[in-house]
Amino acid sequence: MSNPTANVTLHDMSLRDGMHPKRHQISIEQMVSIAKGLDDAGVPLIEVTHGDGLGGASVNYGFPAHSDEDYLNAVVGTVKQAKISALLIPGIGTVDHLKMAADCGVSTIRVATHCTEANVSRQHIAESRKMGLDTVGFLMMAHMIEPELLLEQALLMESYGANCIYCTDSAGYMLPPDVTARIGLLRKELSPNTEIGFHGHHNMAMGVGNSLAAIEAGASRIDGSAAGLGAGAGNTPLEVMAAVLDRMNIPTGIDIFKLMDVAEELVTPMMDDPVRLSRDALVLGYAGCYSSFLLFAERASVKYGVPAHKILLEMANRKTVGGQEDLIDDVALELARQQKG
Amino acid sequence: MSKKFRAAIIGPGNIGTDLLMKCLRSDIIEPVWMVGIDESPGIQRARDWGLQVTTGGVDGLIDALGNEASEDKTVHFAFDATSAYVHAENSRKLNALGIVMIDLTPAAIGPYCIPPVNLGSLMANGPIDNVNMVTCGGQATIPLVHAVSRVQSVDYAEIVATVASPSVGMGTRDNIDEFTRTTSSAIVDIGGAKEGKAIIIINPAEPPIIMRDTIHCLTKDSPDQAKITASIHSMIADVQTYVPGYRMANPPVFDGNRVTVSVEVEGKGDFLPNYAGNLDIMTAAGLRTAEMMAAHWYKAPEETAQ
Repeated sequence: MSNPTANVTLHDMSLRDGMHPKRHQISIEQMVSIAKGLDDAGVPLIEVTHGDGLGGASVNYGFPAHSDEDYLNAVVGTVKQAKISALLIPGIGTVDHLKMAADCGVSTIRVATHCTEANVSRQHIAESRKMGLDTVGFLMMAHMIEPELLLEQALLMESYGANCIYCTDSAGYMLPPDVTARIGLLRKELSPNTEIGFHGHHNMAMGVGNSLAAIEAGASRIDGSAAGLGAGAGNTPLEVMAAVLDRMNIPTGIDIFKLMDVAEELVTPMMDDPVRLSRDALVLGYAGCYSSFLLFAERASVKYGVPAHKILLEMANRKTVGGQEDLIDDVALELARQQKG
Repeated sequence: MSKKFRAAIIGPGNIGTDLLMKCLRSDIIEPVWMVGIDESPGIQRARDWGLQVTTGGVDGLIDALGNEASEDKTVHFAFDATSAYVHAENSRKLNALGIVMIDLTPAAIGPYCIPPVNLGSLMANGPIDNVNMVTCGGQATIPLVHAVSRVQSVDYAEIVATVASPSVGMGTRDNIDEFTRTTSSAIVDIGGAKEGKAIIIINPAEPPIIMRDTIHCLTKDSPDQAKITASIHSMIADVQTYVPGYRMANPPVFDGNRVTVSVEVEGKGDFLPNYAGNLDIMTAAGLRTAEMMAAHWYKAPEETAQ
């Protein structure tokens, strides 16, 4: 590794990205218990709320068991050392949600856009920065564009006030060289004061490998999820990532055995189905499809009698982006008609 | 009705030019003025197409109208295709001359107007000097929320508008929350749902995708499938009278108390490309509004003369 002694901030996703496989039904008690465990294990940053971020509660993405506000208040009131973050996707959530989250006491706001559409994030990034929050620009589906184009979008977010930029592999499509090229260019061209982060999905089993490539190329924030609980085949399993970094003598401030306990004893037993690299999840990664489409495709598969992985392949062929869950039923209906024909 | 209601278009950009092309085909509305602030391609185009132009903004238009004495130089309607920042001032000045303002900006100082849903009742309530055309997502979806709510009570309606990246201008991008808020509030005020939510997704695929909208309604009681389906079909036919490329992507799906329907909006391809149905439906709805008002309010001069 070129910078083996650099600090890495690990950011847990189990209570936000993990809401996807839980159909947004994690209870307040479960959130509090997991957040407490993560806090006690020394995880510095924990993301909370609906899987699609603030304001995600909807027919389209699913209504959560509790409101964003209730989740945030419960978790913020639980943790001692950990900071809490919230994700906001412009077009779904608004500055009003952002202010609510700030009032609940989050330290970090992550403003997420599709990788080519950074210029819808100006008002949210600026507002978050104005409120003095740690402000992250989160460029999703970053595999879909070349590193140079990703840099242009990253520079926009940086110019709006983001102090950290993420290369987000929402589809779990990237292989380590893809990560190296993107993170390397961001690190070279963004301000040295701007942190770089990487968010992986494990659909090609590259979660840990890609995160290591990101660190080597200059990323200092890495997303993962206890027991991997996240969309698709899950996020980079955080306890594995922490253990790997520990072996490499890269400091994370995390007690890896305590984190393993959280993953094994709290998160895994809570899973509705094992979060694993199923055929459907593999197709997400292989074809480059947004990971949270998985359960929607599986439900449509049952309803219309079309294999879920075929639906996901078609969603990828159509170059869909995050948030287009409403197209899944249409695609399934069309495939069902073709099957009959 | 012969073509005798005269209109000015403020803002010779893409929207203003597309609207102009639609007005030129109208049987009722005659576009006579294009108002800009500098010598732009849009101004030149309007001049080439036979319109009077001014680069002096709305003040330039007012001066020019003041100089023209005869009654037949009256302007009945002004379409504002500029920005929310200047709209209130434009509207105040032109209302003072008795010109009805149709607001295509997000300013929303006048009542929301979705022509097949509430323009009739707006007009029945008395004179109007300003209406606001909500948002592209609102024009495309609120008719269908209303199609459900006119059959039975809707507790919650949610719309998802997916649009092609090149059809979303910087105005919308700079303040995307305005789209979300305005559309949500019009889903309630005009759509008739008790609660509303709007989501916009921007897709950069090449070739660009045609605008697609999903409308979810949660009805209070078990949905009357036959009546709702008929109401939706009839509303789609109403919208098609001014947006021919407005069509159902999939028939209504009923699941418990949820009613979901999706539509595609293909533009007419006047000045804006076909995929930009989101922009086309705004200009088409703006013109439709003027045509409906003209038909309702003004008696044809032949009749007046008798």
